[in-house]
Amino acid sequence: MDLLSFARGPALQWALVIFVLGSLWRLAGILLLRRKPDYAEPRSRATWRGALKLVVTRTWSRREFRASTAFGQSLGYVFHMGLVVVVFGFVPHILFIHSLTGLQWPGLPSSIVYVSGALTVAALVAALVRRLSHPVLRLLSNFDDYFSWLVTVTPVATGLLAVAHLGARYETLLAVHILSVCLLLAWLPFGKLMHVFLVFISRGTTGALFARKGAST
Amino acid sequence: MSEAALPPLETQGPRFGIKKPEQRQDIQGDLSDAARVDTAMREFVRDFGAVAATYMESCVHCGMCAEACPFYVETGDPKYTPIWKIEPFKQAYKREVSPFAFFMRAFNLKRKVTLEELEQWQELIYDSCTMCGRCTLICPMGIDIASLVGLARHGMHKAGLVPHELWAAAERAEREGSPLGATPKVFKERVEWMGDESGVAMHMDLEQADVLVTMSSIEIQKYPQALAAVAKVLNHMGLSWTFRSDGYEATNFGLLSGNADWQKDMSLKLINAAIACKAKVLLLPECGHAYSAMRWAGANVYGKPLPFKVRHISEFLGEHVADGSIRVKKDLETTVTFHDPCQVARRGGVFDAPRRVLAALGAEVRELQDSRGMSWCCGGGGGVISIHRADAIRYKAFQIKMRQVDATGAAMLVTSCSNCRLSFDDSQAHFHWDKTAHSLLEAVADHLDDAPPEPAAAAPSPGSTTP
Repeated sequence: MDLLSFARGPALQWALVIFVLGSLWRLAGILLLRRKPDYAEPRSRATWRGALKLVVTRTWSRREFRASTAFGQSLGYVFHMGLVVVVFGFVPHILFIHSLTGLQWPGLPSSIVYVSGALTVAALVAALVRRLSHPVLRLLSNFDDYFSWLVTVTPVATGLLAVAHLGARYETLLAVHILSVCLLLAWLPFGKLMHVFLVFISRGTTGALFARKGAST
Repeated sequence: MSEAALPPLETQGPRFGIKKPEQRQDIQGDLSDAARVDTAMREFVRDFGAVAATYMESCVHCGMCAEACPFYVETGDPKYTPIWKIEPFKQAYKREVSPFAFFMRAFNLKRKVTLEELEQWQELIYDSCTMCGRCTLICPMGIDIASLVGLARHGMHKAGLVPHELWAAAERAEREGSPLGATPKVFKERVEWMGDESGVAMHMDLEQADVLVTMSSIEIQKYPQALAAVAKVLNHMGLSWTFRSDGYEATNFGLLSGNADWQKDMSLKLINAAIACKAKVLLLPECGHAYSAMRWAGANVYGKPLPFKVRHISEFLGEHVADGSIRVKKDLETTVTFHDPCQVARRGGVFDAPRRVLAALGAEVRELQDSRGMSWCCGGGGGVISIHRADAIRYKAFQIKMRQVDATGAAMLVTSCSNCRLSFDDSQAHFHWDKTAHSLLEAVADHLDDAPPEPAAAAPSPGSTTP
């Protein structure tokens, strides 16, 4: 079995298994914990609306915080949107997802995907530099932050190299690219990348609890 | 340090606290180091449910919460980043109870927290966090860090790792019924005194009353005119009301210090007193954490819905000024800025009522640059005002508020929290500032219109307060 077959075959299958089971285990471990009943007289019963509202509105900062959060948040926007464009807009990715799930949608022109990929890498590098240089971020950061950064940037970087045929044979580059995706999938349930799911749960939880009190969100 | 060896408390001075704590990190009890750490962690996770676990799992270490915290903003010291304040507890959560705790322990991916770390974090969990919740508004994951600090305090208290003054105030409140010496006897004397001095009819220990009026010990001891003010307003409304010597102290130092058992005892005193006099409304004083403790946690401590409504005095005033049962003269012809107490406004949802009252009084309200839900904390909430060694950082945090109040150009500063007032008074003296924080309740009491009401005015109903 050559490297590409290994990457496309057992590596990807095991990565997907770890991704699915790990994510379910972590989510169940959180969500199945007890929830105490709240007997306080509610100010509002529209808790679901509060949850949905915060899930949407916390996507951007409140006006009062914008000046202090603009740079970090802009970097976040660039690489998050760049990742979405690259993962879900690139035609070969869509074909791959189609082969797994049967779902399909129109792709974006390759040039847009390439530019998005390059911007994503640039923004991620800037985010890393910021993490290393900002006193607060440096203090908070641990292995998870740096490893999660690595497993996020590697698939994008190797994907760009593969489409540009730079550095090695295309098949080798493609295999490395797929293996890096496998690493990303396998790591996701264990670290901070789990926020792809938790962001909705965490925002929704606060949105619902605070709506009940009429508190600020 | 054993409890018997603790330094004496000075509680009769302008604020409570000891001048020179013997050590930076205070310790109560005689637990061994290992038992202290184990107790802290066990008690921290004791009340852990899906909500706290969700928050613990969700942090992405973006550091944005620092920008919302007055202690970080004014010092620039990264250790005051809100989420960092619970770092040992995050570590303990991941190691002990998270979904992957087994791996964390098996491969020692998260090492055990040490006593030295908990001692170091005492300053971050108590001295430099008022649980104001401003950081909750900036967190892109929506994590309510203040609630996690509250849980961390549970662990710290059981482990005997509370700043001494705060611990002693809480212990005194549990033992005597008040953290500041406002025992039932003292309370009765002060009610009687204020009744005589102001010529206002006071009601004490009535067997039946529609409204049970509670006070903060800060008001009883430092701002006793609040006793007369609330009586004056309720008499003006013609309501049936009472103070009760078996349930009057609304501040909850059990909550502030992190002792859930004491919190429950203190809340149950008020709940039982309200039930005993068949009150329809339990009226909370101008105190922020008293509002959190009873309005939002009271029923949960009781274990079922409360058979009465719980209202903060500012929302009570707002509602009854609006329905005409409190009639005020519109002669406060001055510019006023209002400081929103964090627990009442941002975390309690009371925003419009005080502004409605001020408008009815004829004041021109000039909002702070950051007001309502975004208001900066005075720096003294969450028990911080009681911790003497925290004075320096509290003064730093206060400077944001000072700048914003000055920028409004308002002639008068009003708030609806006596703890905030205490913090303002102390900082005013420290900075030789020319602004004094005034009470919303006292402003209303001073401007009541006692002319006979219009015939169409509806009789007040204390139970009509809308949720």
